[in-house]
Amino acid sequence: MDLTKTDEIIKQYEIAPQSLIAILQDVQDEWQYLPREVLEHIATRLQIPISQVFRVATFYSAFTLQPRGRHLISVCTGTACHVRGSGRLLERLQKLLQIAPGETTPDKQFSLETVHCMGCCALAPAVRIDEKVFGEVAVGQLPDLLEKYE
Amino acid sequence: MAIKQQSTLDTLREQGRQRLYPDVPRITVGMATCGQAAGAAEVYQALQEATQGTSIAVVPVGCRGYCQREPLVDVRIPGWPRLIYAQVTPDQARELAEAASNRQLVLDGALGREDNDKPLWGEEQILATDSVPEQIDTIPLLRDIDFYKHQVRIATRNCGIIDPASLPEYVARGGYQALAKVLEQMTPEEVIEEITASGLRGRGGGGFPTGRKWRSCREAKGEPHYVICNADEGDPGAYMDRSILEGDPHAVLEGMIIGAYAIGSPQGYIYVRAEYPLAVSTLREAINQARTAGLLGNDILGSGFAFDIDIVRGGGAFVCGESTALMASVEGRAGEPRSKYVHTVESGLWDKPTNLNNVETWANVPAIIAQGPDWFSSIGTEKSKGTKVFSAVGNVQNTGLVEVPMGMTLHELVYDVCGGVLDGRELKAIQTGGPSGGCIPAELLDLPIDYEHLTEAGSMMGSGGMIVMDDRTCMVELARYFTEFLVEESCGKCGPCREGLYQMLHILTDITQGRGKPEYIEQLEELGELLSWASLCALGGTAANPVLSTLRYFREEYEAHIYDKKCPAGVCQELISYRIDPEACTGCHLCARNCPQQAIVGDPKEPHQILTEKCIKCGICREVCKFDAVVVE
Repeated sequence: MDLTKTDEIIKQYEIAPQSLIAILQDVQDEWQYLPREVLEHIATRLQIPISQVFRVATFYSAFTLQPRGRHLISVCTGTACHVRGSGRLLERLQKLLQIAPGETTPDKQFSLETVHCMGCCALAPAVRIDEKVFGEVAVGQLPDLLEKYE
Repeated sequence: MAIKQQSTLDTLREQGRQRLYPDVPRITVGMATCGQAAGAAEVYQALQEATQGTSIAVVPVGCRGYCQREPLVDVRIPGWPRLIYAQVTPDQARELAEAASNRQLVLDGALGREDNDKPLWGEEQILATDSVPEQIDTIPLLRDIDFYKHQVRIATRNCGIIDPASLPEYVARGGYQALAKVLEQMTPEEVIEEITASGLRGRGGGGFPTGRKWRSCREAKGEPHYVICNADEGDPGAYMDRSILEGDPHAVLEGMIIGAYAIGSPQGYIYVRAEYPLAVSTLREAINQARTAGLLGNDILGSGFAFDIDIVRGGGAFVCGESTALMASVEGRAGEPRSKYVHTVESGLWDKPTNLNNVETWANVPAIIAQGPDWFSSIGTEKSKGTKVFSAVGNVQNTGLVEVPMGMTLHELVYDVCGGVLDGRELKAIQTGGPSGGCIPAELLDLPIDYEHLTEAGSMMGSGGMIVMDDRTCMVELARYFTEFLVEESCGKCGPCREGLYQMLHILTDITQGRGKPEYIEQLEELGELLSWASLCALGGTAANPVLSTLRYFREEYEAHIYDKKCPAGVCQELISYRIDPEACTGCHLCARNCPQQAIVGDPKEPHQILTEKCIKCGICREVCKFDAVVVE
């Protein structure tokens, strides 16, 4: 694996343990997941044990060790969304995509995840696809919404 | 201390005034995350295209709090009142732009108007100076409409009014005046005294007196001292901190600089949660501007005081809202809390004295310094001073962010400010304080909202999430929902929280799925009590609140699940069945069209039927039926 990009990311930060999370975030932004080789490389460069890097990479929900699909669908399961029916949205999406939260469709088009509140509570239930947040989503809207990202 | 650069602020103020009140029309669009979710980006783009080649200023602003009615667009034509439009579509935006370019007011569809701009302090600006069309009286003043009438906006004073990316606009509304006053006229001791006298308490949940925290940190031994802004707003259902960061970032920075001066700190950190990308970029921009203007850095406003702020992005862990876990995360470790027998003001970040306050607390600081502690303490109740921002969400008519004086009753908040329960349904309970809080039943609606009363009722203030729930909410299922949330978010360091919550979830799942046993209620209470006294941190210590408070107020609902195997609210799928009331059904076929299982049959204009064996109890039919013909039993 080419590690040039990882080195470029690391270069922007101080070589110190406190830079670890920020570096992992940039890596995740770049590849949408944390490749194993990159984790090992970061551990070496920051001179911290791989166990610690792995601990941090698995502790925080923003990180994933699995490659993601082209589009990431995040269903908000915060309280406001929950009482306004986000559970039904999630159920329907699982049926439509035939995957569970945390999984990616076989054609690598979509990944599905749940998030604990993205702060769009007034427009609950909310669903985010990539960077775009959709408010007051109805179950019936979902097939059309997905089609736009096919 | 003397400040040598008063002229910097004067110049910025003048620039800001010209931006806020230009000689040309100014159109603003609420572009915070919630606005964008409602389509503000498309509206903004339409406005930009429609005003190309004209002198009209189209400006993105933060959120005015009326999220239900987003996208919000303000139009100000020089000499005339500012008009505020709600739920604006791109087409409507183009019409507004065209009218503005002809200097015409569009009265149709305006939500409210503003005749003057009166910041909390600083210069008032009269907007309606020219003769105004008579019909303008048909449009209410924005501050007179129910949603705003009861509000006192201190922490959110600039949100939705200024361009968050414009330092000059912040200064033109009185910004950084408090900092100049502090650096020029006050000793650190005096600053702490004023904050103490104001009665300000932490807005992040605990409600600890801010002035006392600052003093302990100032007096603690060890160098350097750190200040932290906790922007890891993790309570689901609360988003006031996001709104302040996205709408008025300098209010937080100014508060932090004042705090750092009082505490004696050269370095601050803002810990922002990963789910708030717009807040991060807005803050970054604000910090850069403040550095360029000499408001952060080695010699702030020429006073000799040095302080800088860095942003740390969170990794998406609820527990990082807890101060010691947050500090572990800033240090680059997994966010696990530690026992607090030594307070973080003495030994916090890298074992140095550290003062942590949340976004809303920091945003209040400049207002207190500028207006004086007596002004602040005249608002609110005896022990809870000032205002609190609440996010009124869930099954409520006007969802949004409201900032009201402490001591307002829940009834006033839900009915007077927020227009009551959605679709005229019955209020069942209000959940406050996030997963650490509890559910307050409708009988206690007259409860004044302050730290003490909420705690007494078995809930807590928390960060201000207020989730209104109607009679279709199952309280057992809600308790299960929060417990599941906490199981996922428990860091796993201490046994009571890691194992106790897991057991509680197991029990609650059994109850909601019809496997409840009589002894379960007692077991839940025992486990809840254990968690409260034996957990390591506040997350575990309060994790049982949702269960304990629902047991306290809605015990009969638990009993119905356990003994009668029924879910009175009609939510728990294993305990309910759907049927169509033939009397009420008009045969419109809407439910059948929406049923994902094709489980509804019937001829047009004849009562329909649900085929129980095919039904997955998803509830879509009930949701879409316009005649309340779908019954849950």
